[in-house]
Amino acid sequence: MIGTVAQVLEIARRSVVRTLRQPAQIIPNVTFPLLLLAINSNGLRAATHLPGFPTNSFLDFFIPVAFIQGALFASGTAGVDLARDIDNGFLNRLALTPLRRVALLLGQLGGAVALGTIQAIVYLGVGILAGVRFESGVAGAVLLFVLAVLLSLGFGTLGILLALKTGSGEAVQSAFPLLFFLLFLSSMNLPRNLISIDWFRDLATANPVSYMIEAMRSLVITGWDTQALALGFLFTILMIVLGLVGSARLLKTRMART
Amino acid sequence: MTSRWKVAGALAYRQMTVLIKNPALFLPPMLFPLMSFLAFAGGLSRLSQVPGFHYEGGYTSFVFVFVLLQSAAFSGVFMGFNVARDFETGFARRLMIAVSHRTGLILGYALSALLRWATVAIVLTIVAIVARMKIGGNGVDIVGLYTLAATLNFAGVLWSAGIALRMRSTQGAPLMQTPVFLALFLAPVYVPLALLQGWIHAVATANPITYLLEAGRGFLSGNHDVVLLAFACGVGLGALFLVWAVLGLRRAERAAG
Repeated sequence: MIGTVAQVLEIARRSVVRTLRQPAQIIPNVTFPLLLLAINSNGLRAATHLPGFPTNSFLDFFIPVAFIQGALFASGTAGVDLARDIDNGFLNRLALTPLRRVALLLGQLGGAVALGTIQAIVYLGVGILAGVRFESGVAGAVLLFVLAVLLSLGFGTLGILLALKTGSGEAVQSAFPLLFFLLFLSSMNLPRNLISIDWFRDLATANPVSYMIEAMRSLVITGWDTQALALGFLFTILMIVLGLVGSARLLKTRMART
Repeated sequence: MTSRWKVAGALAYRQMTVLIKNPALFLPPMLFPLMSFLAFAGGLSRLSQVPGFHYEGGYTSFVFVFVLLQSAAFSGVFMGFNVARDFETGFARRLMIAVSHRTGLILGYALSALLRWATVAIVLTIVAIVARMKIGGNGVDIVGLYTLAATLNFAGVLWSAGIALRMRSTQGAPLMQTPVFLALFLAPVYVPLALLQGWIHAVATANPITYLLEAGRGFLSGNHDVVLLAFACGVGLGALFLVWAVLGLRRAERAAG
């Protein structure tokens, strides 16, 4: 057991160092969601005049989207890094060592979680400086941070899954817009009850990303909404579990081939 | 002149062949506008009920014009990635040795970008019509709308080609797309200019894309607005970035020795 933990830590250390050594990857991943936040929180401010809109500040409403976007970018990083390991034969060489598959899997997520943590700290800091006020208080901000890191882990597992499935960095990058599509078809821009097009509202209701956003959003604009938080955490944990189980199965096949 | 156009035609033919044979290159520029259109038209249509929102065509038409211009600009920008890739693989250097009129290369990439965007625009328009987009303008107005978008496509490809010719590496991709992304989203994307407040209103007022967007929306609804200013902005951007791209070509020539 101790050996497995040590293996996880060693692979995670490599993943974190590799991620942090690529400022060209980190800086756009951190800043792009901030740019969108700045533009959309002003460009969509008129939406707060709609009857029934839950807050006067679109910045408060929209800030959770930055965390999700950040997590999506982190998933791309995790997937591309693993695909590179497959491509350059690093995974093949690892298969010759006593390294446990679970250690490889959990360790590879280290970079995504590190990047997600940096992003969450930056977005929280910038949000608070820009005037975001948490109805749930300091504890709510801490819980939002935890959820953001879990989301990075969850989307990271999807990136790993894609990399193991395809073994190609280009394929992971090509699939990336599909993950973004989930964000686009959610309640990111308006509350679901204010979405007037039926098919879009139904899609947003069926989309787990809506509940992840709404859990974070509830901490900012509502306070402690148990149902929103339970759904948000449930879908996040479900994504982590499904991502890990799927990745473990694919890894078994991929390492067996080697 | 004939030779220059021959070079352009041959390069455009090659680019389109590469594109058709590689769906991975073709799909992202196609998917992004469709995603944006579905997300904006489906998710934000309630914004048409914001007090002060006056647009005769409805919200689907309102966002369609933005997405059409976005697709035009990004089809141009994505062609810049191809220019950079051609330099990385050495193909562009061989081309520069082979052709007598090198400005034909820029024309060829621009022609490819226009053809690529035309396919995106056709699909996008069909999707918008299926989504019951209202078209208030007549045939001439619609030609005006697509011509405006084509000027932005031209400006987009020349901007990104200028970067690609200077950097000659796909590492310049963020530099190609980020300013274009910002210019597009710092225009009245979701609501009319009059409903924007604060710094974004000031920035949008100074942003030439705003006038292309407003004229395009006017064309689609049949109520013309700022048409001359919009064409002046579109053609002006095209001319400016043509100079930028040609100067980039000269730099690439010097680098090649």
